[in-house]
Amino acid sequence: MMGELVFNTVISALAISAIGIFFGLLFKGIDRKLVARMQGRVGPPIRQPFLDAIKLMDKESIVPENAVRWMYLSAPIICLAASIILLMYIPIATFEPLLNGRGDVILVLYIFIIPALAMVAGGFASGSPFASIGAQREMVTMASYEFPLAVVVIALVWKINDMAGGDVFNLATIYAHPLWGEVGLLGLLGLIALLLALVIVTPGEMAKIPFDVAEAETEIAHGLLAEYTGRNLALFYIADGVRLFAMASFIIALFFPYNISPLLENYISLGDFAVVADFLFFLLKALLVILFAITLIRAGVARLRITQVVTVYWINVTLLALLGLVLLMWDKQFHVRWW
Amino acid sequence: MMISKAFKRALWVFHVNSGSCNGCDIEIIAALTPRYDAERFGIKLVGSPRHADVLAFTGPITSDMVDKVKRVYEQTPDPKVVLVVGACGISGGVFHESYHLEGPIERIIPDAKCIYVPGCPPRPEAIINGVVKAWQFLEGVEK
Repeated sequence: MMGELVFNTVISALAISAIGIFFGLLFKGIDRKLVARMQGRVGPPIRQPFLDAIKLMDKESIVPENAVRWMYLSAPIICLAASIILLMYIPIATFEPLLNGRGDVILVLYIFIIPALAMVAGGFASGSPFASIGAQREMVTMASYEFPLAVVVIALVWKINDMAGGDVFNLATIYAHPLWGEVGLLGLLGLIALLLALVIVTPGEMAKIPFDVAEAETEIAHGLLAEYTGRNLALFYIADGVRLFAMASFIIALFFPYNISPLLENYISLGDFAVVADFLFFLLKALLVILFAITLIRAGVARLRITQVVTVYWINVTLLALLGLVLLMWDKQFHVRWW
Repeated sequence: MMISKAFKRALWVFHVNSGSCNGCDIEIIAALTPRYDAERFGIKLVGSPRHADVLAFTGPITSDMVDKVKRVYEQTPDPKVVLVVGACGISGGVFHESYHLEGPIERIIPDAKCIYVPGCPPRPEAIINGVVKAWQFLEGVEK
């Protein structure tokens, strides 16, 4: 019995890693293709991130002379491992998350920090002034976006506690309670404000334009990653894709936990294909989230300065998230129906 | 050592101005614009020699740039290839027999595999063509 449990866990962990890496790189490729089309270019093939990763694996891995060797070499592995662990906590389509338990939404918020922290540690350990500047900038960005992210999660959890009660700090509970149909007009506006805040936090979390000050390749030679080569760089590259997929899944779990199979069951009997249909629908939702949270923003604006990043997160996005929280609370007192 | 097929379609370029008049640099930037779109071949301009496969040197190597060129070459991980953009890197071009030239590049790094893109300056199509074919010359590859 115990052996079977361990076997199943190991198999599911491997499957989640494979799914995360494959779809992470695929979404990266789609993102690059879409940005190219928006700029009127042909753009790279969609399999380009796979080619890049394979090529980086073949390159020589150099450890700089004045690097802290063990920290420099372990940072990419920790970064990728933490990104995959994230996926094990977040519900994907109708699959139960592999790891769950009381309060795991708080844990997920902390695990989201670990890949960024690993990159900071690797940046400092590589002993290059460019990487040190990148690491400092990454820490400043991290300190800026954590507060609005926490406000968004707290607001949703407060609303679910008000509606259903029970173990509300659990991602499975949040996933089981879509909020859009349960709120009045003020609550709807509040949810839109919270969603917008989360969408603006996403590029900061992923170190993408306009918040990629830590990896600015034209200013500070890729910052954190300046000294990384070959296999270590490939691990960071893959981890970036996995983190993208995890962040999209997290937004879906918080705001759009809908499945398509109950809708389709009205017309055709799906049977076992319900799981497949739900998974495909989930991928579509993830693609839409990435389109609005990463691709459109990346194609539309240029990089901000580090001081502007701090101002945007600490003042504008925090105010937006707090506004959403207050609107959700008012919604309980003055219930105005919007449908 | 053989290289995987991925190398042919994922070459990352690091650009070094080793005493150029800026003409070739402008053409390299032009090759990245939407009109020529080098990214469709997987070519990407990177900001650190540690990430590069192709080192694009523009201009004759001036005496000030000699040890920088050597250091950038040594910082790049194998397999790598040098792309010499412009007539200056081949013969000195308009700077031929000037007092401050140490080039061409094979005199400074004798064991580098070089591809030459002639022209003053070369057209963006020629530069893209040079990078796309660079995988054939990657150092340490059986030909």
